[in-house]
Amino acid sequence: MNPIAWRLATVTAVRDETPTVRSFSLSIPEWGGHRPGQHVDLRLTAEDGYSVERSYSIASEPERAGVIDLTVERIDDGEVSPFLHDVVAAGDRIEVRGPIGGYFVWEALGSMATEPLFLVAGGSGVVPLMAMLRHRARSGAHNPTRLLFSSRHLEEVIYRDELDSLAATNDGLEVVHTLTRSQPAGWMGYDRRIDDRMIAEVLAPLGMGSRSFICGPTALVEVAANALVRLGLPGDRIRTERFGPTGT
Amino acid sequence: MADDTTVDPVEGQVLDGNAVGGLLATAFGAEMTEVPGECAHCGTVSMVGELRAYVRAPGTVLRCPACSGVVLRVVETPNATLIDVRGAAYLRFERR
Ligand SMILES: [Zn+2]
Repeated sequence: MNPIAWRLATVTAVRDETPTVRSFSLSIPEWGGHRPGQHVDLRLTAEDGYSVERSYSIASEPERAGVIDLTVERIDDGEVSPFLHDVVAAGDRIEVRGPIGGYFVWEALGSMATEPLFLVAGGSGVVPLMAMLRHRARSGAHNPTRLLFSSRHLEEVIYRDELDSLAATNDGLEVVHTLTRSQPAGWMGYDRRIDDRMIAEVLAPLGMGSRSFICGPTALVEVAANALVRLGLPGDRIRTERFGPTGT
Repeated sequence: MADDTTVDPVEGQVLDGNAVGGLLATAFGAEMTEVPGECAHCGTVSMVGELRAYVRAPGTVLRCPACSGVVLRVVETPNATLIDVRGAAYLRFERR
């Protein structure tokens, strides 16, 4: 079906990821599948006809047919995310179009299945990267992969348990956290914002043959991408997404 | 800027062309984020997904990441979609 056409999706499940982040499972008729990293647009229309669209990254892997998960952070003064958080429940219907985007995509195909993969996320920027990691696990890829994930507090780390389990399977994935605002007692990880030195340290075991995907707020994306360029990673191996499809 | 996750991307942030892929797909009738285009101002070739997207301008404005020149502008009116491509020397669509 035409990915640009609006379709009515049914919410089949809602679950909390963190105090301000929720995941929504959407069942979409005639969903033709997606590629990890792509997003969908959601459209809400009020009774007076006013409508608002936002773009959200798909969190789930394409191996799950007919259903996608979106993970949405509640932005208090946003137009869409408070509605999703406060109003939407299983059984509700929402207008969706997609999948959209081919630029910020990683698939376990061809050389990408074996090349080292370096992922950098800030907050809910982890969502499209999670689709890649879930797909990677399902596809059986063993390419060396590291996720550097910046969150403010431990309890705000999205997908924390699932990331722990994925990293425990010994399939080449390592997850490195930095907590920028508060750290629990005995925290051994990084405790500052992502900077050049952190990027260099976390990238080092993967080497310059890596592919990199960076998603988060603009400042984080710029710091990480500029650091990679300075380290010598070719520009065409760095893909960035400035907090787009995790909109309000 | 504020730390990590608190920024409202629509109010205060520059997005990537990727984020407005749905709008562009509707306007052009094709998936656009992997389409390379040359900036008419400075000659830099970027994929549309790499352009800087300003969504709070009248319409959506996509600027060159190298020189900040306007490459594409999309304005939706109730009856039409206007696409201003003056800032693109070319857009390259692969035949599949
Ligand atoms: Zn330019």
